[in-house]
Amino acid sequence: MMRLGSFATDEILLPVKPAYIGLTLLAALMLNLLPLTGWVLSVRPDFVALALLYWAIHQPRKIGFLPAWLMGLAMDVADGSLFGQHALAYSAMMFAGIALHRRVSMFDLRHQLLHVVAILLMMQLIVLGVRQAAGGELPGWWFFLPSVTGALLWPLTHVVFTAPLRPRHDPDDV
Amino acid sequence: MEYTPPPFFKRGPSLLTRLSFFAVLSLVLLYADARFHYMESMRKVVAVVLYPLQQLADMPGTLTSRVSSFFVTQASLQRDNERLSRDNFLSSGMLQTQQALIEENRHLRELLDMRERAEQSSVGAEVLYFGRDPFSRKVIVDKGSAQGIEEGAAVVDDTGLIGQVSRAFPWTAEISLITDREQVVPVQIVRNGLRAVVFGIGYDGALDLRFMPVNADIENGDVLVTSGIDGVYPAGLPVAVVSNIERNAAYPFAKITCTPTAGVNKHKQVLVLSRLAPLPEYPAEGETPKAARPRAKAKKAG
Repeated sequence: MMRLGSFATDEILLPVKPAYIGLTLLAALMLNLLPLTGWVLSVRPDFVALALLYWAIHQPRKIGFLPAWLMGLAMDVADGSLFGQHALAYSAMMFAGIALHRRVSMFDLRHQLLHVVAILLMMQLIVLGVRQAAGGELPGWWFFLPSVTGALLWPLTHVVFTAPLRPRHDPDDV
Repeated sequence: MEYTPPPFFKRGPSLLTRLSFFAVLSLVLLYADARFHYMESMRKVVAVVLYPLQQLADMPGTLTSRVSSFFVTQASLQRDNERLSRDNFLSSGMLQTQQALIEENRHLRELLDMRERAEQSSVGAEVLYFGRDPFSRKVIVDKGSAQGIEEGAAVVDDTGLIGQVSRAFPWTAEISLITDREQVVPVQIVRNGLRAVVFGIGYDGALDLRFMPVNADIENGDVLVTSGIDGVYPAGLPVAVVSNIERNAAYPFAKITCTPTAGVNKHKQVLVLSRLAPLPEYPAEGETPKAARPRAKAKKAG
């Protein structure tokens, strides 16, 4: 079993199928659609952003801007925000993720977390910028809480997303 | 001239090109949506695609509520039944007098040759979930334009006004609560008929009565009802009760806080009223009054 502290880059995983990526994105979208209220809503991480960023960093060849953009449109409709707000933010986030993927995957999970929190904050800053440009009022500092909780979930995301990709041990093999 | 060797592998357009393509696409969408509201039909398409996912995400909640409602105790059922039959008795008494009053009112209006108030139909709806943006006060209900819900319609619960339909999708609708920052309701004080506008401030359980002069005749406990002069909210719906007044002579306006009468954030069942018949055109130059426009409202108040 892998320790959380060290990122096991030497681990050999099964190849990732595009359908699997699609499935994780759909699951993330469903988590984002959960009917939550109160303080849970304000600390709820953006699961879609987290999943997109995970695949951008780990499988930059298998995921492009189009899925991120479409997911952004879906989130705009679900949030009732301006059309294209999340799409723009997710596209920029994908750019950062793919451009930095070599650098980020050199670090262990704890240090990856710092990269992730920066990228997620940038994503939220774009969302905030669009809101302000459209005449929204400035929300409090806790607008950025989802980035922090999202980054804290990064190790868990790694464990969950790679779990189906670990090769099964053959019981006959000693 | 800069020379780069031909790439070994075909990798398509560069990262920056792809980013700029999608960024420009998003910006075009943003501009079209913010400026011209061109995107409402596309939004509806995406909403329909999202609908099954939303239902699936709601499943755990609905299942637990169903299971827990199955295991209610006999005592609570009995209590509810007693309360309901008592309420029913009281309201049926009131209804009888109301029938007579409606008839009398119609007759008087006929005599005075005034515009008849249209009968309002309504659709009961259930709140699916609260808006995902914690900085705006919006709820999504399970009825949409397929069930006859129109944008701009008023939404009430059993004790008063809770909001207005801001977007109608085919099977769901988005309701902006009166506590939303961008929501404004024209009201009237029951005690003396003073007209005012109530602004949401983005917190639950509080509304702001702005642009009232320091010496305005307002007291704690005054009941505010919709005035109906906007052509959006029917007149006479309870909106809020004045809870706090700060009169400071240094400012031109008093700071008045109100508490909504309706359980704006509590109820699961709401009633969506049909839209009113359009009012006659505003006679003079300038614009016709509209409810969803804070600035136009502000000038009218007082």
